[in-house]
Amino acid sequence: MTDTIEQVAVAVTINGKRVKRFVDPRTLLIHFLREEMNLTGSHIGCETSHCGACTVEMDGLSVKSCTVFAVQANDTEVNTVEGLANADGTLHALQEGFRQMHGLQCGFCTPGMLMRAKVLLSENPDPSEDEIRFGIAGNLCRCTGYQNIVKAIQYAADKLNGRAQKEAAE
Amino acid sequence: MNDMTPAQREARLEGVGCKRKRVEDVRFTQGKGNYVDDIKMPGMLHGDFVRSQYGHAKIKKIDTSRAKALPGVIAVLTAEDLKPLGLHWMPTLAGDVQAVLADGRVSFQNQEIAFVIATDRYITDDAIQLVDVEYEELPVIVDPFKAMLPDAPVLRPDLEGKMTGAHGPRKHHNHIFEWTIGDKEATDIAFSKAEVTIKELISYHRTHPSPLETCQCLASFDKIKGELTVYGTFQAPHVIRTVASLLSKIPEHKIHVIAPDIGGGFGNKVGAYAGYICSIVASIVTGLPVKWVEDRMENLSTTSFARDYHMTTEIAATKDGKVTGLRVHVLADHGAFDSCADPSKWPAGFFNIVTGSYDFPVAHVAVDGVYTNKAPGGVAYRCSFRVTEAAYCIERGMDILAQKLGMDPADLRMKNFVRREQFPYQSALGWEYDSGDYHLAMQKAMDAIGYKALRAEQKAKQAAFKRGETREIMGLGISFFTEIVGAGPSKNCDILGIAMFDSAEIRIHPTGSIIARMGSKSQGQGHETTWAQIIATELGIPSDDIMIEEGNTDTAPYGLGTYGSRSTPVAGAAIAMAARKIKNKAQMIAAHLLEVSEYDLEWDIDGFRVKGNPSRSKTMKEIAWAAYNSPPPGLEPGLEAVNYYDPPNMTYPFGAYFCVMDIDVDTGVAKTRRFYALDDCGTRINPMIIEGQVHGGLTEAFAIAMGQEIKYDEMGNVVGASFMDFFIPTAVETPKWETDFTVTPSPHHPIGANGVGESPNVGGVPAFSNAVNDAFQFLGSTHIQMPHDAWRIWEVGQKLGA
Repeated sequence: MTDTIEQVAVAVTINGKRVKRFVDPRTLLIHFLREEMNLTGSHIGCETSHCGACTVEMDGLSVKSCTVFAVQANDTEVNTVEGLANADGTLHALQEGFRQMHGLQCGFCTPGMLMRAKVLLSENPDPSEDEIRFGIAGNLCRCTGYQNIVKAIQYAADKLNGRAQKEAAE
Repeated sequence: MNDMTPAQREARLEGVGCKRKRVEDVRFTQGKGNYVDDIKMPGMLHGDFVRSQYGHAKIKKIDTSRAKALPGVIAVLTAEDLKPLGLHWMPTLAGDVQAVLADGRVSFQNQEIAFVIATDRYITDDAIQLVDVEYEELPVIVDPFKAMLPDAPVLRPDLEGKMTGAHGPRKHHNHIFEWTIGDKEATDIAFSKAEVTIKELISYHRTHPSPLETCQCLASFDKIKGELTVYGTFQAPHVIRTVASLLSKIPEHKIHVIAPDIGGGFGNKVGAYAGYICSIVASIVTGLPVKWVEDRMENLSTTSFARDYHMTTEIAATKDGKVTGLRVHVLADHGAFDSCADPSKWPAGFFNIVTGSYDFPVAHVAVDGVYTNKAPGGVAYRCSFRVTEAAYCIERGMDILAQKLGMDPADLRMKNFVRREQFPYQSALGWEYDSGDYHLAMQKAMDAIGYKALRAEQKAKQAAFKRGETREIMGLGISFFTEIVGAGPSKNCDILGIAMFDSAEIRIHPTGSIIARMGSKSQGQGHETTWAQIIATELGIPSDDIMIEEGNTDTAPYGLGTYGSRSTPVAGAAIAMAARKIKNKAQMIAAHLLEVSEYDLEWDIDGFRVKGNPSRSKTMKEIAWAAYNSPPPGLEPGLEAVNYYDPPNMTYPFGAYFCVMDIDVDTGVAKTRRFYALDDCGTRINPMIIEGQVHGGLTEAFAIAMGQEIKYDEMGNVVGASFMDFFIPTAVETPKWETDFTVTPSPHHPIGANGVGESPNVGGVPAFSNAVNDAFQFLGSTHIQMPHDAWRIWEVGQKLGA
C-alpha cells in the first residue's frame, strides 16, 4: 500500500530532458509519463501489452509502457510522441506521412503507431510492405484497416531516403 | 479574387469533393489530442467497480469495511447508498430498468456491485480486492432458446407477474417483447403456393465494438453553484445531458456535458452506463471531481455488446428464381437488462430492412427479445440499428436460395434487384427506398473483379480437389447490401421522447472566417474536416478559414449525436440548410452594396455577381464585413444562422462487395486473396475520408466474420474478454482492400449525401461469410455459422469429409 511502501528515485531522460522523481515502485511507465510528466500523448488501450497505444521508445527499442515499471526506465532515454517533431519545430517525416496518406482517424493509436514506426525505420530504413505490416503487428488500430498506415510509413521512408513521395490514394 | 481563374477560386475553397487533408491530424500526430483520460482536475479522485464473479447469484452480504480502512479510500458506494437518491436502478433507452449497482442480485458476470472511490487509481484497485461479497449461486441461462423454455429459471424477478413490457405483451417470464411487421397472411399464402422454399437458422454471434479508447468520464459537481460538469466518451452528449438532468433532478442548464476527442466509438459510446452515474453521484457525495476509466476487460464484458441475433430465415421463390416471399423469425438475446440503443419505437431497430435490395412482393418479420445472464447492451456496432443483422440474414439467405435453385448467386441477385425505375420504392416491410441503381453497381463490381473468370477458376479447383491434387478450396463471396441510415424523421424516430433531428449553427465573423457548431460528435470520422468542406462549398469561404466545434453542450445546438451513420444525412443536411439561410441574407447585403435588386444577382463560387455583368461582384468575405458594419437599412447586423433538420426520410446507401478466399482444409486457414468494395453513398464530400472509412469498416467486418466473438460458457463466465482472445486483426492478417464507387445522390438530402461510415461493416460481414460458405458448398454444405475462425473452418472440413 502506498503509505507503507518507500518511494524510489527514478532518473530518466525524456525527449532529451533529464528528469528525476520519486515514485511508488509499482508505478507503470505509462502512468509516470501521463500523470507525473503530463505527457498524455501516449495512451492506454488495454493494459495488457496487446494494443500498443502506449508504445514509446526506450534506449532505441520499442516498449509498451503499460507493462514497464517506471523504475525500469531508470537511467534510460525515453522518447514519446511529444518529442517526435524535428528540433526546428517542423514535423517528422512520419507525422507528415500519417497526415498525407490518411493514416489515422480517431488518433488514439497514432502516438504509439508513430513511435513504433520510428524505431522500425531506424532498424530497417527501407522496409517492404510485408516488413512494415509485420513491424507494426504489435500495434492495433480499430479505425483505418492499416492500409493507409502502411502507406504513411512508406511515405516517411521515401522522404527519409530522399525519394519522391507518392500521392495519397483514392 | 479577380486575378484567380474560376478553377483556382474553386480549388482554394477545398469544398465538397476535395480530398482535403484532415484538420484533426495536426494535433493527433503530435500527441496533442485531448481525450477524457488526459483531463485532470485539482483534487480529482478515481472510481472503479467491484464486479460480480458470477453470472447469476443472490448477494447475501457486501462487507466494505476492509476497503474503507485502506488509507486513500474516500468512499465505497453500494446500492444501499444509491437507494435514498433513487439511483440504484436507472431507466434504459429501451424502456426497461437496469441496476446501477447490484440490488441484492447479480444477473451477469462482471455486473457492477460497488463503486470504490480513492485518491489514486492504484489504491482504488487495491481497495476493490478488499471488498468482500458473499454470493449464493443461482442457475444460469446463456442460451436464448433455453431462456424461453417453460421451466427456465426466472431471470428478472423484479418483473415477475408483469405481463406487459415497454413494447407490448410478454409471453414468458424471460420474454421482453415481440415485434412484428409485414403482412403475415399474404406471406403465408406466398409460401403455401411457392415452387421452391428455403429455411435456415442463420445466427449472428455476440460481439463487441471495442474502440481502442474504452468508456470513461470525469464528473465534477460544484456545490456552491449547483452545477455539474461531465467530460465523457459520449457519442450523443446532448442526450446524456438530458438523461443526467432527468435522473439527478439538476436543471439541464446547470449541467455541462462535454465530449472531448473520442478514441473511436462504433456504437459503444451511445449508451448511459453505471460508471457515468456512479461518478456523478460520487462527485456530489465527495464534493470533488471523480474520474472513471474502464479497463479493457470491463469494456468487453460490460458496456454494450452487439448482435446475438438468431434468425430463422425462409425465402419463397419460383423455379426460375424470382423471389415471392420472405419470412423471418428472430430470437434476440438482449442479456440481463434490455438496454438496447434503438429509437424508442423500434425495439428491433430497423431490422425490417431485411428485404434488402430485392423486390419481395410480401414479407413478414417477428422478433422476440429475451433475457439471459449475459451483459446488457445491444448497440449497433458500426451499423444503423440492427441493419447489419438484416443484411447478413438476407445476403446469406439469397446464397442459400441460389444453391437450392442451382443458380449462380450473382444472377439470382440481378434477377431480383429493385429496378432503377421503381424508386422511390415501397418495400414490403414499410420503408420507402429513396434512390438506387443496383444493376449498375453490381455489373461494375462483377466486371472489376472478373467474376466469370473467377467462377471458372473455382470450378477447376474443385475438380482438382476432388481428384486429390490439392487441399485448397476457393470461395467467392458476394454481398449486395442496402442500408437504412440517418435516423430519422421525427415522425418515426425518437430516443426517450427526444425527436431524432440534428443541428448546426454557423457564425461568420466580420473578417470572413467562420465558427460552426453541430449536434453531432466525431469519434474519428473527421467532422472537423468534412463539415468545413460543406460550408466552404455553400458559402464560398475556404475550408481552412472555418473552425468546427462539436461535443460541448453549452455551445453546440442540441443534437442527437453520431451513430447509425446519421451525421452526414442529418447534421450534414442541417449544415447545408444553415449555410443557405446565411446565403439568403448575404444576397440581400450584396444587393445593397452593389445597388441592384437581389434578383439581379447570381452565386458564383465565392460570392455574388450581377447577372450579365460579372465584373460587378461582392465576395462572401466582403459581404461578411458589411453584414456587421454597413448592413442595409432595416436589416439586423450580423451573419449567422442555426438550423434544426428533421429529415423527410432516411437515406439508403448501398454497395456491391466481392471477396475471393482460399481455404486450406487441413489447417482451416482462410486467406483473403482479393476484396473489392463498391460503395454508393451519394454525393462524396471527401473521397479520401470515404476510402478510410471503408477500409476501417471492412477490417471490422473481417474481424467479426472471421473470429471476433464474446462467448459465454454454461456457467455464465464470459470467455475471452481481453485482447488476448478477442480477435482484433493486426496489420499482418488484415486483407488489402480495393475500393470503388458509383454515385446516386439522395433526392431529398440538400447535398445528396447518404452517409458511408457503416456500409463496409454492414456489407463486409456477409461477403466474408458467403465466401467461406461458397467454398464448402460443393462438398455438400448449406450453411456454416459464424464466426469462421481457423478452428471452426477446419472442423467444417472434417465433418464434410474433406
